[in-house]
Amino acid sequence: MAEAVAPAAGQSQASALVSTDYGALTWERPKAPFWQKDWFLFILFMFPNLFLLTLFTFKPAVQNLFISFQRVNLLNSKSRWIGLDNYKYIFNHPTFQQVLWNTLYFTAATLVGVLVLGLLVALLLNQKLRFRDGARAVVFAPYLLSGAAIGIVWAYIFDPRFGLLAQILGWVGISSPNWLNDPNWAMPAIIIVYVWKNLGFAATIFLAGLQAIPQDLYEAAKLDGANAWWRFRSVTLPMLSPISFFLLVTTVLGTFQAFDIQRVMTQGGPAYATTTLVYYVYDQGFGNAANYGRSAAAAMTLFAAMLTITIIQFRASRNQVHYDG
Amino acid sequence: MASSTKTQDAIGKGAAYGAMALLILIIGIPMFWMLSGSLKSYAEIYTFPPEWIPSNPKWSNYRDAWNAVPFGRFYINTIIITAFGMSAQLICGVLCAYALSFFNVPFRNGWMIVILAALMIPNEITILPNFLFFGNTVRDLFGLDHNWINTYQAMILPGAATAFGTFLMRQGFMGLPRDVLDAAKMDGAGHLRTLWDVVLPMAKPIVVTFAIISAVNKWNDYLWPLIVTNTNEMRPLTVGLTFLFDNEGNNEWGMIMAGTAFVVVPLILVFILAQRFIIEGLTAGATKG
Repeated sequence: MAEAVAPAAGQSQASALVSTDYGALTWERPKAPFWQKDWFLFILFMFPNLFLLTLFTFKPAVQNLFISFQRVNLLNSKSRWIGLDNYKYIFNHPTFQQVLWNTLYFTAATLVGVLVLGLLVALLLNQKLRFRDGARAVVFAPYLLSGAAIGIVWAYIFDPRFGLLAQILGWVGISSPNWLNDPNWAMPAIIIVYVWKNLGFAATIFLAGLQAIPQDLYEAAKLDGANAWWRFRSVTLPMLSPISFFLLVTTVLGTFQAFDIQRVMTQGGPAYATTTLVYYVYDQGFGNAANYGRSAAAAMTLFAAMLTITIIQFRASRNQVHYDG
Repeated sequence: MASSTKTQDAIGKGAAYGAMALLILIIGIPMFWMLSGSLKSYAEIYTFPPEWIPSNPKWSNYRDAWNAVPFGRFYINTIIITAFGMSAQLICGVLCAYALSFFNVPFRNGWMIVILAALMIPNEITILPNFLFFGNTVRDLFGLDHNWINTYQAMILPGAATAFGTFLMRQGFMGLPRDVLDAAKMDGAGHLRTLWDVVLPMAKPIVVTFAIISAVNKWNDYLWPLIVTNTNEMRPLTVGLTFLFDNEGNNEWGMIMAGTAFVVVPLILVFILAQRFIIEGLTAGATKG
């Protein structure tokens, strides 16, 4: 990474909002026709983006809220207002409670996997080793690839009788679980694939963070007689905290939206064992149930969870100490 | 004393190289397994222990995969979606970012907040209304005799605007040296000239960064094309590929791995050619934004 690492995104997001010091460039001649006026060009430049965002992001978000209070009849596409019934239904439904639990399980396990392994990989690749740039590229590569394709490759690897993993487990005398068809093992399998795919992103960001830590901090700690572990505790971890926090938030938001791996590998099963909230939204809306109202209500629940996390991030990053700029 | 630290260092170095080798194996083996599987015959797939390198590679798996589902169409569809989707996002993002950086208008930061608000809205709450929009709404609105489900416009339009790109590129534009922009102004350049001749060339790294992010997202997009397509004629690679694959029963893994390679290998080749660039691009949201 050529540039020094800027503070976490939320932070500069906040500063971008208040930076008015960078004044406008005004070319306007007093008697220019309207199509050369700043206000007209401003509207022209803003229009495509703002129009499409309004049509396909803002409007549907509001519409989704309305649908979540309705029962939609698919035959004649008439809808009836039923208040909170969709929310009452899904929250009282045992399947949905399992879905919430699955989401929590998937998110927590993935978060620990991605952050802890990502940091370990970054610490490793921060050593002065030959081929470390090549290793970084290899680790990063899965992040770039389609989750649907990755899911299919791993479904082959997880095959309990003829798969690669069955062979590797056989070397140490363990018989392979029936990964994707066993309700207890399907979720761990999905988590393994998700961590494998996203590890490289976290490691790359951590690595950039590590390389931005001024070396003299370590020298000073050494002079104070701090050993390697203590230097890690007192210098590395605190200096990485803004970037760790950023990764924590993006990873949680990412897992909330993870869909393609589940869809390809388990289709939410077996017995709803891998149905997370986003999969439930899809399944209710476009699966056999085709209940738009309940799908919309589940989507609003997902939105509420994501919004809460984003607000927490925004608040926390405002209170954060600037380490480097 | 000194020699024992040296030995310790050597052990540490050795352990680090060992860990790095293990890491490369863990990440690399699934990819190797895909390629090795793509050359295996049915009999070689269903033997245990599995072979690591097939003794007589079955290249016809690739031809079989290509014929089993219309991969040619899938490629065309993915390329169309990626090219148009990325171009639209670039045009929308660049114009909007420029307007929000250099125009002296009331409530400029207010407009920025409106754009940023779109960042808070996840795709998941817009898919159902957007699906309904391309179903009945466009038909009634324009008085058509058919709807827009299973069309390119339905796949491209909802992802044609960008809040993230606007944010990212505005950050880049605001960091440009002010005196160069002032010089353009003194030369009497209008906004379009300034954008094209001054801002874009200077802000090239950030614009290219966003182009990479956008292209990768479009190429790999899955959920929306899955919902809005219903024939193989229109499906992109990511969605079409899964039609080779059956969750239950005995799969033709050799052919399926060949099909997966069709999707994955082009991106891996591009990545090998431009890996430094792509890594910096895809992590830019975190480290620059």
